[in-house]
Order: sequence, then structure tokens, then C-alpha cells
Amino acid sequence: MKADFCRGATANAPMAASVAAYGSVLGMLAAQKGLSWLDLLFMNSAVFAGSAQFVMVDMWSQHLPVIEMALAVLVINLRYLLVGASLGPLFRGRSLLCKVLLMHLVADENWAVTMSEQRKGTASVWFLFGGGVMVFLCWCGGTMAGLMGGGLVSRPEYYALDFAFTAIFTALAVGMFQGKKDIPPWLVAGVLALLAHQFLPGKWYIVIGGVGGAITAMLAAPDETPDLKEGARASAT
Amino acid sequence: MLPRLETQVVLAIALAALVTYSLRLGGLLLSARFPRTGRFRQGMNALPGSLLFALVFPSIVAEGTWGIVAAGLTAAVMLRSRNTLFAMLLGMAVVFAARRLTL
Repeated sequence: MKADFCRGATANAPMAASVAAYGSVLGMLAAQKGLSWLDLLFMNSAVFAGSAQFVMVDMWSQHLPVIEMALAVLVINLRYLLVGASLGPLFRGRSLLCKVLLMHLVADENWAVTMSEQRKGTASVWFLFGGGVMVFLCWCGGTMAGLMGGGLVSRPEYYALDFAFTAIFTALAVGMFQGKKDIPPWLVAGVLALLAHQFLPGKWYIVIGGVGGAITAMLAAPDETPDLKEGARASAT
Repeated sequence: MLPRLETQVVLAIALAALVTYSLRLGGLLLSARFPRTGRFRQGMNALPGSLLFALVFPSIVAEGTWGIVAAGLTAAVMLRSRNTLFAMLLGMAVVFAARRLTL
């Protein structure tokens, strides 16, 4: 339990470094919008979802559009429904209390790291939680540094910091590739995402691409791997 | 000294947090009702990878040719070494160089 927690935290450290970089950009934007460190820290702890927080800060004004904000957050975070569902096998047999307590600290990063660990058959809820704590601490550290330190990285795109997220998620996606059977779902996901990104506002492309890929996989000929964990063991050998 | 939290700020953040947490926990609790074998499971297995790919692909394409080169190198390093940090840094370095040299 404790060992798994530490393993999760360590495995997420490279991710967390890029999370801190990304967070510092949010911190700088928040400072421009007049958020106090307490506002931002409260948002970090309560919402804890990077892209949604960027949109919230973007929508920040003298009179907050509370309902529109919640709707925007709902759309951007729809993917967490799928993320949560994909964690079903990991949480199998755990108590409701455990699920209720641990799900809050599930971000894209520690989820992705946990899913690739799951393919090796060595993930656990403590691994997920350790990663969540690591990501949370770096997210808070990064955003606070950005809020306080302002002009240190005034042009993040100069250092290709904006590409850090694309690069890290590319690496994670590759780490999740399960072989030839994934090619059709990924192709469909990529094409749908491009189209949706082009023609639909906001972050719909993530949900549409992901669901399209999953449906493609469902339409393929049935295979013999009954669940994620056993499938992972088979492919690891 | 502690800054003051305005009511509308508390309200906005609390509502956004409620929405996000409901999605996270809702997905997990619903998953118990999902079948564990067959086509549905096949789809669930493919979901994380396709979701991540859908998340990055448009931003790779938006970066242009060098974005694709950078992502390709990142993918290759990841496949060979499984070193996430190195893969990421290499991708960033390519984009950094391409932008500096305005390739």
C-alpha cells in the first residue's frame, strides 16, 4: 500500500514536472485576471482539472458567469466519465468509501500513467493515489509560482512550453498502444478529433474522438481478452 | 494576511467542482454495471488510447510538419526506451529549434 503509493508518486514525477510548467502559465493568466492566491488554490483543490481551470480563468470577470462556467466545465470534463469508467477494473472489490475518497485526485496525467502501469499488471488504487498527490502538489506549486513570479516566463511559447503537453500526452498515448488491433480505433479517433476540432467549439473533439475509437473497437471481431488486466498480462509476455 | 473569498467566487468554483467530481465518480460507479467481456469490453479497452490520441492529434497537426516530426520522434523514443521524460524533452527540443529557426 505505502510502497505502491510511493511507486505511483515516482512514476508521475516526469509528468508532474510538465504539469508544474503548464500550471505556471495558468498562474500568470490568473494574476492578469485578478485572482488572488487563495482563489486559485481553492480552485486547484476543488476542481483539479487543468484544461477546465484554464477556461474558468479565461471566463473570469467582475461578475462571474457562474452557470456558463459550470456548463463549460461540464463539456470539457465529460471525458472524466470515460476516465472514471476505465478505472472500473482497478477499483473492483474496493469499498464505496475508497472510491468516493480517491476519485477526486484523478487527473489526466496520473490516470494515463496508471493505465499504462495497468497494462503491465502492476497498478493499484494506491499507485493511482500516489500519482494524484504528486500531480496535485506540482500543479499547486506551478500555479502559485506563476501567480507570484509573473514575468519569469513571460513568453512560454518561446521555450516550446506549450508543446510540453502535446509531447507528454503523445508519449503516454504511445505507451498505451496495444498492438495492431488498436490501429483502426486510433485512425478513427484521429480523424474524428481533427474534424471535431475544426468544426466544433471547445473540447468536444476529445470526447468525440475517444468514443469513436471505442465504438470502432467494439465493431471489430471479438477477441479473447476478457478484461484490461488479463489482456495486459498477455501482451506483456 | 488571508485574501477575502467573494461569495460569487465560492459559488462558481463549488459548482464547477461538483460537476467535475460527479463525472469522475459517476463514470467509476457506472462501470460496475458495464459487462466485463465481449464487444463492450473491447471498446473500453480501446478507449484510453483513442481518447489520448484524440486529445493530442489536433495539436500535433496544428503545429505543422515539425509538430508531426516532433511527435513522431517522441513516439519512437517512447516505443524504444519507455522513457517518458526523455521522449517529451526531445519533442519539445524539435519544436523549440523549428520555431527559433522558423523552419
